Amino acid sequence: MSTAPNDKSASAAGAAGRRGKAPAGERVADWADGRLGIYSLAKANMRKIFPDHWSFMLGEVCMYSFIIIILTGVYLTLFFHPSMNEVEYHGSYVPLQGQLMSEAFSSTLHISFDVRGGLLIRQIHHWAALIFLAGMFVHMMRVFFTGAFRKPREINWLFGFLLFVLGMFTGFTGYSLPDDLLSGTGVRFTEGAILSMPIVGTYISFFLFGGEFPGHDFVARFYSIHILLLPGIMLGLMVAHLILVFYHKHTQFAGPGKSEKNVVGMPLLPVYMAKAGGFFFLVFGVIAAIAAVAQINPIWAMGPYRPDQVSTGAQPDWYMGFAEGLIRFFPGWEINFWGHTLVLGVFIPLVLFGVVLGAMALYPFIESWITGDKREHHILDRPRNAPTRTALGVAWVTMYMITLVGGGNDLWATHFSLSINAVTWFVRIGFFAGPVIAFIVTKRICLGLQRRDREKVLHGRETGIIKRLPHGEFIEVHEPLSQEQLHTLTAHEQYKPAEIGPTVDENGVERKVKATEKLRAKLSDAYYGEDNQIPKPTVEEYKEITSGHGHH
Amino acid sequence: MSSQDIPEENLPAAQEHAHGAVSVADEVNPFADPGLPPHEHRIQDIDERAAKRSERAVALLFTVSMLATIGFIVSYVTVPHDKSIFVFPIGHISALNFALGMTLGTALFCIGAGAVHWARTLMSDVEVADERHAIAAPEDVRAKVHADFRQGAKESAIGRRKLIRNTMLGALTLVPLSGVMLLRDLGPLPGTSLRHTLWAKGKRLVNMNTNQPLRPEDVAVGSLTFAKPDGLEEAQEDFQNEIAKAALMIVRLQPGNIKDKRELDWSHEGIVAFSKICTHVGCPISLYEQQTHHVLCPCHQSTFDLSDGARVIFGPAGHALPQLRIGVDSEGYLQALGDFEEPVGPAFWERG
Repeated sequence: MSTAPNDKSASAAGAAGRRGKAPAGERVADWADGRLGIYSLAKANMRKIFPDHWSFMLGEVCMYSFIIIILTGVYLTLFFHPSMNEVEYHGSYVPLQGQLMSEAFSSTLHISFDVRGGLLIRQIHHWAALIFLAGMFVHMMRVFFTGAFRKPREINWLFGFLLFVLGMFTGFTGYSLPDDLLSGTGVRFTEGAILSMPIVGTYISFFLFGGEFPGHDFVARFYSIHILLLPGIMLGLMVAHLILVFYHKHTQFAGPGKSEKNVVGMPLLPVYMAKAGGFFFLVFGVIAAIAAVAQINPIWAMGPYRPDQVSTGAQPDWYMGFAEGLIRFFPGWEINFWGHTLVLGVFIPLVLFGVVLGAMALYPFIESWITGDKREHHILDRPRNAPTRTALGVAWVTMYMITLVGGGNDLWATHFSLSINAVTWFVRIGFFAGPVIAFIVTKRICLGLQRRDREKVLHGRETGIIKRLPHGEFIEVHEPLSQEQLHTLTAHEQYKPAEIGPTVDENGVERKVKATEKLRAKLSDAYYGEDNQIPKPTVEEYKEITSGHGHH
Repeated sequence: MSSQDIPEENLPAAQEHAHGAVSVADEVNPFADPGLPPHEHRIQDIDERAAKRSERAVALLFTVSMLATIGFIVSYVTVPHDKSIFVFPIGHISALNFALGMTLGTALFCIGAGAVHWARTLMSDVEVADERHAIAAPEDVRAKVHADFRQGAKESAIGRRKLIRNTMLGALTLVPLSGVMLLRDLGPLPGTSLRHTLWAKGKRLVNMNTNQPLRPEDVAVGSLTFAKPDGLEEAQEDFQNEIAKAALMIVRLQPGNIKDKRELDWSHEGIVAFSKICTHVGCPISLYEQQTHHVLCPCHQSTFDLSDGARVIFGPAGHALPQLRIGVDSEGYLQALGDFEEPVGPAFWERG
């Protein structure tokens, strides 16, 4: 054990040659290895192979915008005063001079108008937050539609899901901090939603706000949640997420030379070091440029929060639009009994919010129960090759998007000269009908694409060249695919629907079939039954057709 | 550009496998994995002049970044923070914010673009395969870990000495209760505070904008007036909490248009006063439609009919806006004849 490092440094010295001593970088690395064991870590990771696909960049967008948020957020804490003490404003924004406002609002004005570059950092922070959440949403969709959540990555899917949900609440507590009229209205909405919870709602509201709304505490409390509690948890989750990505190695799409047993791509050092490292700067640069030209959350235009004032067109940040939509389209059901009120019109949307998001979290476990597949999966599915999953995903996105429309029903009405009532009714019906239609349409499209792939494998690519045969017949020339293409189009696996199996055992005794077993068989049929996937071409089919008229 | 320098075998024609009659290599299984395709050279791999061009492009990007950083520092020092400039097509924006953002953005973007261009054109793009290894441990490791665990558990005697196990579980279950207890003082208990506002018999209605007590003749037909209880001033410590419950909206209707009997009884010469706080989730209602006497909450579009007891006619609110009973005092000012009879604002469990 002790001789090994000596050997290493001896050979390093030999390589260094002239000076007879290892170069400084190597000596530092040796020093660190003696204390941290970095060489064993680097051996596995320095030349780690990463596959190349544009969609793998989405997760990077999230990671980098998160880092940008932390960097700019730390800067903002240097100037922001998380206090609801009333002060009179005497800063350089003339229209609000002499106004009473909280210190939180006044220090945000100070950052925006009196700290050079303060506005830029504020805007980068806010834009990066919007991009972070959007990035996580799209990244999650990428993972969903390609089946990258399957074993062994289910836990990482949950980590990612938690990051998305915590990101939403970190964003919400963040944009509530300036105590402006718009965000205060959002906080009031949150208080109303909390009040709707049966039995505990009023108490939770009083504990959260330190008494009645708005009180004098919520900015300071949201502040510690926003800058410490939630980002701390998220940083931990993100590190765990990345460690698992390294440990599991990256997924890849099927193609020549790629299998479940390998990962094909280029090494971390130098290619991905440069590409991914460079991409951080690209993301940061683009966000900085956006913050230079696109105003976001101009709190001075909205003014300080007053619970008796409001502006029209009040909208949360986009990722809270889903919650906003649920609360807007739901009918105002209230049940009064025995001196109590069950505020279903607000409470059900609150529950739906959790249920719709939670369904996404649980999906990997549901699918693996249906397939009963216990193997590891590293080759990604093309969405068309998992029609039912893809259709479910599109149905979910449709529900999310229709609700998002509901969250901005007033803007849809004013921008497109529609009736607010009509928009709301569209959302009420669309929330249920939209996903069903999306499911049916998506599944048909997937099956159509599967048929086209099958056609392509068996009959080749349509060249668009029309040939006239000597006897006058016109035919289109089909070009057979290369083996690379044939392999890529036929590499996916197709499950067979699960069967309940014999209900009578070898002794002729009838066994009881559990309800869950029946359900599983039914779902399995819906996923993989005859009409729910197109059988991929077999070698025999291919040979029969190509030997028949192989002289194109 | 300089295709005459490229060796024959690297020219596109020589690389084409995909056209013409393709012979499928594997006769037994034409779908079999043919293995990694041969590496295709980039122009930079075979033409040193192209590689030089790439090198210069990368260096240029890094240089632009350096210049942009200098630009950032210069802007920070020289651009006044209250200057605005016209930038097409955005309009007038803060000059400092624009200058700092564009220079910082350029400095960062060019580093990224340089690094990516370097990686794409000059670093090796040969694809290689890494092997994957099963994540689950092999059987012997699994057996060893299980045995170690059983050994450790046995040595601790946790399974045998039930008394220790049970008391330990009890202690661990109870100890977080201290933490829960400590949260108690986050706020006072609700009590009946949500049921009461500052309104009381004899409290004058004060115009929110002019800060003057209102007379009936100040309230014109078709106008929407906001009012607060007399004595509540903005500088007061509890102003926000009180106005969050006491905010009032006042309209004058033709008494004949009031459909609801109680509303008419609680009005004064057709002047009716309702809570301004929406019964849905507490937004202040502020949009009034004169002709129909509807008010609309701008947050979630709950619509109330002020001529019919402020009942909900559209949107997600669950019940009507509470009405304040008003009259006129001896000096001719509008006054409240008591507090709201029901809690204002969003519904809650104890509301009943």
